[in-house]
Amino acid sequence: MADASIFAVLMDGIFLKNFLVVQFLGLCSFVGVTKDVKSASGMSGAVIFVITMSAFVSYFLYTYILLPLRLEYLTTIAFIIVIAALVQLVEFIVRKFMPPLYRSLGIYLPLISTNCAVLGAVLLNVMNEYDFIQSVTFGIAAGLGYTVAMLIMASIRERSNVLYVPKAVGRGVTYAFFIALIMSMSFANYFKVIPL
Amino acid sequence: MGDNRNVASEFMRGITKDNPTFGLVLGLCPTLAVTTSVENGIGMAAGTIFVLVGSNLLVSVMRNEIPDSVRIPIELIVIATFVSIVDMVMEAFTPAIYAALGVYIPLIVVNCIVIGRAEAYALKNGVFYSLIDGLGVGTGFLLMLMLIGGIRELLGTGGIKLFGIQLVDFVSMLGYNPIGMMTLSPGAFLTIAVLMAIVNYNRILKALRGA
Repeated sequence: MADASIFAVLMDGIFLKNFLVVQFLGLCSFVGVTKDVKSASGMSGAVIFVITMSAFVSYFLYTYILLPLRLEYLTTIAFIIVIAALVQLVEFIVRKFMPPLYRSLGIYLPLISTNCAVLGAVLLNVMNEYDFIQSVTFGIAAGLGYTVAMLIMASIRERSNVLYVPKAVGRGVTYAFFIALIMSMSFANYFKVIPL
Repeated sequence: MGDNRNVASEFMRGITKDNPTFGLVLGLCPTLAVTTSVENGIGMAAGTIFVLVGSNLLVSVMRNEIPDSVRIPIELIVIATFVSIVDMVMEAFTPAIYAALGVYIPLIVVNCIVIGRAEAYALKNGVFYSLIDGLGVGTGFLLMLMLIGGIRELLGTGGIKLFGIQLVDFVSMLGYNPIGMMTLSPGAFLTIAVLMAIVNYNRILKALRGA
């Protein structure tokens, strides 16, 4: 069991090991759905929910089924199936009980099962040997970190619509990467001044 | 198949038009995360090529049996199986590269290139061309990882080291002062952003000349 405090795990997940700008997990959505703040926040809400649920379920799956039966080699397959099933379940529930939320999340929900951030979070939980509380905290922190980065990126892209940008950079993926470069520098270094 | 495709053009398409990084813009996570050196890039690409070819073959063989409604779960399980093989083989035979790549090896499962090719190509085409497509796109991925890895390693450490042999060494040759940032995460974003801008620039120039 890793003996990192809850606060350290939380700060790690949100800032120091931010999934999008430091660990490069879930980049497809980072450049794909950050054209405006509304879709970025919808996607982030769905990701927080699915990562937390996955961290919760995968901990029990790994500790009480895969480990006792010595099936560690099935970890990848088991986790991807759990995530896909979970996303499907979340989709059903949200569609049945929260139609407005379902309409706003719409196409983003099914996309989450192939988002590296979710699988990355549960695999990192196993690799870091986190216990139950730490696993769930890391899941929430990863989701929050994802949200912070997505919202900053979407806001910058939305606000900078009137700026002059060279044609070769454009408004698409290349532009997003230049913004990500600056964000990545600040996330990786600025928060090192906070002693954990 | 009585159309005018040939093996060479199908293979080259994976490197030029359907290039994973600049053509399809897929699989960006591993492209940026593991390219701190050429060696890591080659290790990652080798794993991805194996998974890509294997899953393309298997999906193509089963393409007439797979019901449309459950095709994505089936593709995911096929891919996850091949990824588990790569994971175990690399852990056993190349422990140094395995340690450097860490969590990104099991994450080949969610690499959009693999599922993208299974979905867009292997489900609709014969076994042989699916194999060629897997090899072509895989080679394109390998070249991109080597290019980005090479730039970052050269600027970040001042030399290129491949499987224990020092190929280039600017530090002792030219007194070059390495930029440490290039091997960290901002360096990855900088490299890919500049490369993409160059590709776009060439595209614009080409379009202007054509018009």
